[in-house]
Amino acid sequence: MKRLLTSRETMLSGAILLLLALTASRFPGFIAPANLVAVFTDTSPLLILALGQTVVILTRCIDLSVAANLALSGMVCAMLNAAMPGIPVALILALAVLLGAVMGAINGALVWKLAIPPIVVTLGTMTIYRGIIFLISDGAWVNAHEMSAAFTGLPRARILGLPVLAWFGIASALLIWLMVTRTPLGRAFYAVGGNPHAAVYTGIDVGRTQFWAFTISGALAGLAGYLWVARYSVAYVDIAGGFELEVVAACVIGGISIAGGAGTILGTILGALFLGIIKNALPVVDVSPFWQMAISGAAIIIAVTLNTRSARAKGRIILRRAQAAQTEGAPA
Amino acid sequence: MSDMTARHLPDRLQSPAARLLQSWELLLLGLAIAIFIANSLASPYFLNAWNLSDATFNFTEKAMIAFAMALLIIAGEIDLSVAAIIALVSTAMGAAAAAGAGTPLLVLIGLGTGLACGAFNGLLVTRLGLPSIVVTIGTMSLFRGVSFIILGDGAYRSYPPEFAYFGQGYVGWVISFEFVLFGLCALAYYVLLHRTNFGRSVFAIGNNATAAQFSGIRVGRVKFMLFLLTGLMSGVAAICLTSRLGSTRPSIASGWELEVVTMVVLGGVSILGGSGSIPGVVIAAFVMGLVTFGLGLLNVPGIVMSIFIGLMLISVIAVPRLWRMWRG
Repeated sequence: MKRLLTSRETMLSGAILLLLALTASRFPGFIAPANLVAVFTDTSPLLILALGQTVVILTRCIDLSVAANLALSGMVCAMLNAAMPGIPVALILALAVLLGAVMGAINGALVWKLAIPPIVVTLGTMTIYRGIIFLISDGAWVNAHEMSAAFTGLPRARILGLPVLAWFGIASALLIWLMVTRTPLGRAFYAVGGNPHAAVYTGIDVGRTQFWAFTISGALAGLAGYLWVARYSVAYVDIAGGFELEVVAACVIGGISIAGGAGTILGTILGALFLGIIKNALPVVDVSPFWQMAISGAAIIIAVTLNTRSARAKGRIILRRAQAAQTEGAPA
Repeated sequence: MSDMTARHLPDRLQSPAARLLQSWELLLLGLAIAIFIANSLASPYFLNAWNLSDATFNFTEKAMIAFAMALLIIAGEIDLSVAAIIALVSTAMGAAAAAGAGTPLLVLIGLGTGLACGAFNGLLVTRLGLPSIVVTIGTMSLFRGVSFIILGDGAYRSYPPEFAYFGQGYVGWVISFEFVLFGLCALAYYVLLHRTNFGRSVFAIGNNATAAQFSGIRVGRVKFMLFLLTGLMSGVAAICLTSRLGSTRPSIASGWELEVVTMVVLGGVSILGGSGSIPGVVIAAFVMGLVTFGLGLLNVPGIVMSIFIGLMLISVIAVPRLWRMWRG
């Protein structure tokens, strides 16, 4: 029974270990702790965005504007830093999160108040946010020498041996996990995605819940925007182009059902790590990076096939899960 | 009797929207004419037969895909992999041309690859019962990814001279081959959607797939056919685009899926499925083509045009709803 419950996570963990083992057999240095830290750090932006996307997908929506949101927030941070280097980084960071949240809230409001399908809203805002970057920057780049040392230094600063970027990834994961599993809003995400009609009858406002999901996703995208720009020390119109698909891929691979209401934060973390390890392992084992796109595409299709297969026994699992929670006293 | 049942059983999801839809094409036509007049006032270069003919290339290829996509969206599915199919088809034709294939063989390879991609999507959606949005996000990466694996940062350029006709040829005076093909496709899809049993079943599936199944429509087969058609039209568009550009890179037609979906939604097709028309999509194609061409004449950069397209996509749905909220 427990095996059934955790099958997705154990399978993914197995796949990740296999990947690491295969890569290590060609290049043992890949699994050295320092390199694993580097891989995790490199995967952190993807992880942060995937956590936000998970919340959105749980409510039966999709947010295709996250990469554009990231790029616009990042550009605003970079331009602000270039124009006024005196502004403390903490303030810029807060601004990035706020700006991202506002962009997410715009998506959410369109979905909530006007009931426009999420895919249409976010396809539209994706191009609008990208276009705005061009309007405010005039197509120009903000380069490393224009940014202050404090601005670019933060993501790379090390605390207890881990870069701050990685700590942000860990903190976001922890925060979202707590919110999803330990708060009424978190339960509402599952309820809205699992059965919107039933959610209404239990007193949950479906539209408002989706609005908060988009706002959270936007705030995380804003955070990732600052981190991305500061880490690579460059901001331009096309940063993170097409990254939204990788983000959706991480969620789907992690077992988040696109039909909403099913999936765990641990799954998302593993999904993001899986893609991150592939990305970092390809050059090591001498495979052209051009393979990455096709591999993540294939991974999405395989993952969604497995998701749908396991979803067929869904009704039973829920019963067993409730039963298990009663008999073992374990948190569901 | 039939009148009574028609009144009691709603055959459309939203009757106010359906009422509005009846005048949607008219509204759109007015918009197209307004843009046309605004363009001719804004730029002295606009009202020129050759310029206008050039302008049609802005939308003919996308519109050909949009016709098939309209049917797919009406049936409640979506295909986001169309631009990636173009990349893969173009790569396949480029490889064949590099190996010395002639024009007829290139066309066959192009159409065949498009059909194969459509069949792949269709099988995953109808046989395995997967949601089309995830499947086609996946195949979007997969198809273009294969194209990247084959080409990397290289390009194919060695197409036979006759192959240029599809994208650069003129049937007579300023009427391009592509424009004629666009017209023929519009006619074919009009007949298919509005004048055949197949078209009726597309609407039926979009409104209520379960009811359609119980009324004897082979839902899976119809959906599979629609994915095939979308793949085929992507192949046709790829032939025209490759022929027009004369070269293939893996990044060819990137972002087109968005413009195709925008065209379909702008044309009055409900993204939730169940309603829409081909004339609407045709007018929407002209509207988008005229907007991008007019802005181009005014030296507005492409990325700023995409803001307009994004705004258009959201506002075509938002404005009628705001209007109804305002009045109700």
